Formats: sequence, C-alpha cells, structure tokens
Amino acid sequence: MTTTDNTKRVARLAELREKFGRHPVEPQEKHYQGGSQRDRQPRFCGLESGHRACQGCGEALAARLVMECAGPDVMVANATGCLEVFTTPWPQTAWQVPWIHSLFENSAAVASGMEAAMKAKGKNTKILAFGGDGGTYDIGFQALSGMLERYHNILYVCYDNEAYMNTGIQRSSSTPHAASTTTSPAGAERMGKRHLKKDLLSIIAAHHIPYSASASVAYPADLQRKVRYAMGIEGPTFLVVHSPCPLGWKHDSHVTIEVARRAVECGLFPVVEVERGAVANVMPIREVRPVADYLGMQGRFGHLMDPNDPRAVEELTHLQALADYNISHYNLRGEGEDPADTAGITLVARDRAAGES
Amino acid sequence: MREALEGSQAIARAVALCDPDVVAAYPITPQTHIVENLSKLVAEGDLHTEFVSVESEFSAASVVLGAAASGARAYTASSSQGVLLMAEVLFNIAGMRIPLTMTVANRAVSAPLNIWNDHADSMAVRDSGWIQLHCENNQEAVDTTIQSFKIAQDTDLPVMVCMDGFVLTHTMEVIDIPTHAQVRKWLPPFVFKRALDPSDPKSLGALVSPDFFPEVRHSHHAAVDKALPVIEKVDASWAKTFKRDCGGLLTVEGPEDAKVGILAMGSTVGTLRTGLEHHDGPGAKLIKLRAFRPFPADALRAAVAGLDSLIVIDRAISPGLGGILGSEVKSTLYGMPNAPRIHNHAIGLGGRDIPESIVGDLLSSIEDPDAPAFSVFDADLSMLPPEDR
Amino acid sequence: MIEYRIHGRGGQGSVAAAYLLASAAFEAGHTCQAFPAFGAERRGAPVTAFVRIDNKPIHLRSQVRTPDFLIVQDDTLLLDREITDGLKPGGAMIVNTKRSDDEVAEAFSCRTKCIPATELAMEYIGRPIPNTALLAAFLTMTGHLPVDALAAALKGRFKGKLLDNNLALIQRVTGMVEPGAWKETEHA
Repeated sequence: MTTTDNTKRVARLAELREKFGRHPVEPQEKHYQGGSQRDRQPRFCGLESGHRACQGCGEALAARLVMECAGPDVMVANATGCLEVFTTPWPQTAWQVPWIHSLFENSAAVASGMEAAMKAKGKNTKILAFGGDGGTYDIGFQALSGMLERYHNILYVCYDNEAYMNTGIQRSSSTPHAASTTTSPAGAERMGKRHLKKDLLSIIAAHHIPYSASASVAYPADLQRKVRYAMGIEGPTFLVVHSPCPLGWKHDSHVTIEVARRAVECGLFPVVEVERGAVANVMPIREVRPVADYLGMQGRFGHLMDPNDPRAVEELTHLQALADYNISHYNLRGEGEDPADTAGITLVARDRAAGES
Repeated sequence: MREALEGSQAIARAVALCDPDVVAAYPITPQTHIVENLSKLVAEGDLHTEFVSVESEFSAASVVLGAAASGARAYTASSSQGVLLMAEVLFNIAGMRIPLTMTVANRAVSAPLNIWNDHADSMAVRDSGWIQLHCENNQEAVDTTIQSFKIAQDTDLPVMVCMDGFVLTHTMEVIDIPTHAQVRKWLPPFVFKRALDPSDPKSLGALVSPDFFPEVRHSHHAAVDKALPVIEKVDASWAKTFKRDCGGLLTVEGPEDAKVGILAMGSTVGTLRTGLEHHDGPGAKLIKLRAFRPFPADALRAAVAGLDSLIVIDRAISPGLGGILGSEVKSTLYGMPNAPRIHNHAIGLGGRDIPESIVGDLLSSIEDPDAPAFSVFDADLSMLPPEDR
Repeated sequence: MIEYRIHGRGGQGSVAAAYLLASAAFEAGHTCQAFPAFGAERRGAPVTAFVRIDNKPIHLRSQVRTPDFLIVQDDTLLLDREITDGLKPGGAMIVNTKRSDDEVAEAFSCRTKCIPATELAMEYIGRPIPNTALLAAFLTMTGHLPVDALAAALKGRFKGKLLDNNLALIQRVTGMVEPGAWKETEHA
C-alpha cells in the first residue's frame, strides 16, 4: 500500500514488521526480491498486495495477473466497482501505475481520451480500461462500443463476476440464467434470474476489432498469454476474465480457482479467442464435466440442486443444454494431448484437491 | 484580423488558435456549427488535434476528462440535453479539479422540446463546481474562449464558456480574430501538475470516506472562490495585449446617479443596452454579469450601491422558486445597508424574441406596487387556460 | 442602421443570402449582423433571416420587426399577406418572381422590384438558388453598398467555376435594373 503521507506509511510499515516479523516490501521497488515464493519471482507488480479485497476474490487475482504482464508503461482507467473501491480508499492506493477512476459507465470513454492524449503527445504508453460486468455488459456498454468502433489503441479488460457485487449482488445482464441474486432471488414463484447471460463476446466480435478473448482466473498462463498478445496489438482489444466472487456466488474463499475451472470444464464459460470477428482459437475441454459439478459448488444455484423439485430439474436441464450448446458451437471438445487444454495446465492443478475436499 | 464571421465559426477558429491536443464532441443544435467548423479545420490540415467523434455527450465529457487528466489541453462543446447527459461527468471533472474548456451554446431544456436559447442548461449544472462565464457578443465569446484555457490551468478548474445559442452561435458579425502567433505568445503551453504519468504513478479518483469528504468539498469551494481574482487578472492581461477586454467579473454602465439598475447575463445585455439608449426618461444602470461561477458577491454589492431598484433578468427558472440569478442576487445583497429592492423577471425563455421595447415595460413595471416578486415577464397568460394563469 | 428581412424557403439559401449581404457590408467597411430565425424547418418550409448594417457597433439582438427592405426569395410566400408586416414607410421589396413589378406592388402597396432570379440562377449557376441575383439587383438599385462588395463576399465563400458563374450572374443582373432607383430609401 502506498499512502500519500510518507510519515504514516513508514510508521505503518514498522507496525507490520513488528506484528508479522517480516520485512514488508517497499512499494517503490518495482522489481523486488522478497521473502515469499511470489515475492522472489521478478514480476512487475502493478497492483500491490495489501488492498481491501475479500478473501478469495477472483477479480483481485485477475487484475494482478493482468498488471503483471501489462506494466509498467501503461495507464489505467477503472470503472466504479469493487476493484476501484478496494484498491483506492483515500489516502491509500494499491496501484503502481498511473490510474484514474471517473465513473461507473465511462471507463472506455475516459480511456479513449487518455489514448487520444498519448497520440497527441506522441507517446507509446498503452492505455488499459477496466470494468466489472455491470460497467461493461450494462451501463458502460455504449461507451465501450464507441471505443471499439473508433479504433482506440486500448486493451479493455472486463472482470466478469456475473452480478453487481459492489452494491451487494444484484443481477446484471451477465448473471447466468437461474442464478439467485438479491434482485433475482429464488422463491416460490421464481427460480432465480429468468433471462440468459448476455453473449457479450459475440457483440464485441461484431465490431471486427483485431482481437477479443475470454479467459479465466483458473488458467493464469492462458490469461497472461492473452494479455501479452493484446498488448502487442495496435488497436482496440477486449478481454473478459471470468472471476468468481465468493460473496456473491456463495462459495468458500479457498475454492475460487476450482469454481472458475469447473465453469470452463462444463462449457458454461467458453474460453475462446476471436480475431477480426472470427473465432481463431478455443481452449479445448478433454473431460467435460456436467454443469451440476460447477453449479453445485455455489449457493447462488442452491435452489437447482433439489432433485425432487421439478422446476429445479427443468432449470438444471436448461443450463446443461446451454453448456452443451457452447461446446458444440465453439467445438470445445478436445481430443488427444494438447498443452493448452483444460487438463494440460499444471500450474493451478494443486488447487484441485482443495476444491474437491 | 477583423472578419465577418458566424459565431460558431469564430469559436472554432478561437479554439484552434489555442492548440488543443484533444477535442471531443457530439453534435447537438445549436452547438453543431462549432464542431462542424472544428472538424473542417482538422480535415483541411489547419488544426492538428486528436478529434474524437464520440457516440454521446456523456462520452464527449469523459474523453476530455481522460485527455486532460493525461496532460492534454482538451476542449468540448454542447447544449441543452447534451449538457444534462454530461451532468454526471461534469461534476466528476470539477470534483477531480481537472482543467479544461467547454463551450455551452445555451439552449432550453426539454420537455417540451425546444431548440432555442435560454440558460436552463448551464443553470442545471451550476452546482457542478465549474467556472461559468457568460458572453454578450461573439467577440467576447472568442476572447473568453481563449482566456478560458488560461483560467483553467491557472486554477486547476474546468471552465464553461456560455454563449447564447442561435443568438450568438448562428449570428454573423464583425469579429477580430487574433493571430496564432499572438495567442501562442499570450497563452502558455498546457500544464497540469497532477497529470497521469507512468514515470511518476498517481491514482486519481479515489474513494473518499466521510473522514475526508468535507475537507475535499471545502477545498473545491475555496478553489472556485479563489478563481475570482484569476478571472480578473487574465482579462486584464488580455486587455493589455489585445487592447480590448471582456468585462472581468462584471461591468456597470449608465449614469452615475441612476436609481434603477438592470442586471443580466449574455446576449440579452446588448438588446437592453440599445433599449436603454432609446428610452426616454431617467437613465438606468446596466450591470452585465460575466462571472456566474464563481459568483462575484463583493463586486456585485459595489455595483448596486446607491440603487433604489434592481431589475434582475433571468433566462431560466427554477419552478417553485422563480428566477435563479434573481434569488442568487437577493441572497448576495441580503443584509447590505440600503440594498435595492429586487424585481426579478424571466424573459426570453425557449428563444422568445426579446424586443428592445421590453426595456420600457420593465422600467414601468417597477412602479407597480402590486407587481409579483417574480414573473415570466413576456408570457402571454391569455394563451393559458384560466386555472394555469 | 438599415434593417433587412429575408423570406425564403428551406434550401433556397435564405440564410446564406443574409450572410452574403452582411459580408458585403463588412467588405464595404460597415458593421453588420446577420442571423436566421432558425427553426426545426425542413427543406421547403418558410425561413426568415435578418440583417442589420450600420456604421457603429450593433448591440441589438432582437429579430427585425420594422425592416427597411424585404427580400423575398420565393413568390409562393406572397400568399401570406402578412409578409410585408412592419415594412417601414417608404421601404421596398424585391421579389423573385416572373410576375410584373406593378402586379405585386399593387397587391402589397409598397415599392416592388420583381426579378426572375430562379431562372437566372438556373441559367448561370445551374441551381435554383436565387440569392445572388436578388442581392445584385437590390444593391444596384439602392446603391448603398457597391456591387463589388457583393463580389468580394462571394469570393470568400466560393471559388473556381462556381464563383465565376456567380460573378457573371451579378454582371447580368446589374444590367437589368435601374442603378440608384431606390437610392433615397437608403435613409428610410
């Protein structure tokens, strides 16, 4: 954490040292050698630790992974939302890059202005725009479409946790069908959200931008490869990162990665890459899971898990059909050895046991 | 050089003289000719700027916010519904204390739909924390536009240059446009100390809790207040170089010993001046208010000293209260010894033509002891059903 | 101060006529003001524009209610009997029509000059924009701005063949009317 008041910061560091017996990292050192395994890896730390995200926050993890391969010559426009709130409670900030938050629905437009300024000044600094699914699928959708159409050199990253988590888990157009939220609660008359999750990536693809992709926090190598690829493109690029929210999805904090992985493995969250409007690449699934394996881990789908409730069975069947459609539409079923497929990623396999415990 | 120019064309030329790095705008009547002319200057290679043709006014304001925050001189323009669509961003720009310039081609706000001039749009965002300057004619609009870039960077505040839609934007008149060299000499390059910069990372737009928020608001209020001398100083510096001024915060004309005054903002002042010149009877003072935000309370108290009556002309109303400018003048003069009696009228709402003969009607209305404290002066109540009169 | 009111229909260049007249006044060293009574009108709808010319700064922003001169770009507008409302005594009206001066003058009881400006514009410019012909005729008759000032104003708006055609049209029209016929109304 960086505080604007240096005296306070030094005092705080001393306090942490006293409390944890560990030398906290000086925030100015961008490529530091610290004590933990993570600290020893020479990665750019654009989003510092010590921010106020919940335990197991998928979005915080995703943002850190994005910043590691994006920085340091970047500037970020961040929409209102959890990411903004937990990283910048005045007078502190967790950002080690220039960062601006304006409003909920305008991060794509603010980023457009930043990019125009860089162009006007002949600078190559890449502009990133961040938003949650509310700020991207819903209220900021128009600004995003405008940004893509005007062909700004910006990487827009949507951290998709499938509801308005910052305001307390209200449904968005990204909330999956049948998920229970505070504005689409399950009850005697309703089985959660009545509508489908918006197929944003197809809409983005229809702008025929150079590159758009989906990724998941469960597959950090894949996510970071996509960020690096997008960073190298001169023009608008878009990345939607599936980021579980333990609070909103109602799962334990330690299974975030496993939940995210199962979303991919069951086909409900297809991980694909789109170039100039055409699907260029998909992450194949070798062992397709039933959707119940994914949904069953989350309280937001708890009302679907009663086999004696015909409504629950019907919705579960519906969700399975949606997943099957994704698998056939994107041709996700993988055959044989493929280092890029869902089973080939070893980096996060350690978490699997935890998820199944 | 003196030229016969349409107001909008002159504004586009004035903006171009200031070498903006980024211009973003969305078309709306009556602002359109400004952005059309800017686009033309870009297309002809006479203006080298990043012109961002956005998909809404909301994004226009957001783009200039992002651009200025990144250290670019930025400009936008809008009117009416566009200003209201921008409203959320306008508060944000001011709250973050980002210096930039916006022209408001003043127009009524819907419903009912009306594309003509009054001040409802800029009044609707008067509490956003922007500096708001009003222009009487296109020469003042040109000069104020160029001055606004300097005021913005000297105060770290955004500046709204208000000019009456159609009445100024679509009027051709003789305007003296400075040369590029003159403006470059007078206007320093854009500097924004808090600009985003990867070599010195800063976070702008943090979440501010109740522990700090009142202090932030206090400092914003103080900053807008402190802009008063800056506006005067910049106009004085302009006058020194260009041998004409825009009237600083406000100007007072007319006989020293006049007992009646008329106060107005914008192009209405010109018509009132002509009306007063042709009016028989004891003269009246004409007070032209240029700075609406910050509100020049001291200058106003000095300007009205000695008056028995002050007619305050509003070009917008706050339904349920009355005139907005009128109520601000009243509150400013409250407690002042021998303060004049205020007669507050809205005229020319939604572009109703203001004839010079209105001056006689206004002056005779103050003789009526039963006159209401506020009226929509030129409304023909006979057009309304009896229950609405 | 001399005040003008121009009546036309959307698409006929009525606002352009006002700007041209004001530009010509500026070229001749006067102060000027020109503006439309702008509406949400589409092509073909009646349009009004106003011009003021003076030798000192013009502060008045009102629409012109008592014009010294009327310029009517479309004779179908003569169906509106109120078109001459406010015309100052001794004022005059120039109309784009094939009808005779006397016919129109009688109907409106004011001095009138009729010019077949649309036909002339078609012949010279190839487009039914009557404003150049009307302004040329008008300035020739009043003599209060030199016709050269109109040519100079046109040079600020057009170039190439379109400019040449407009200039040729001015030449043609100045030969069709009596120079100085309305000279005394300059101070109407």
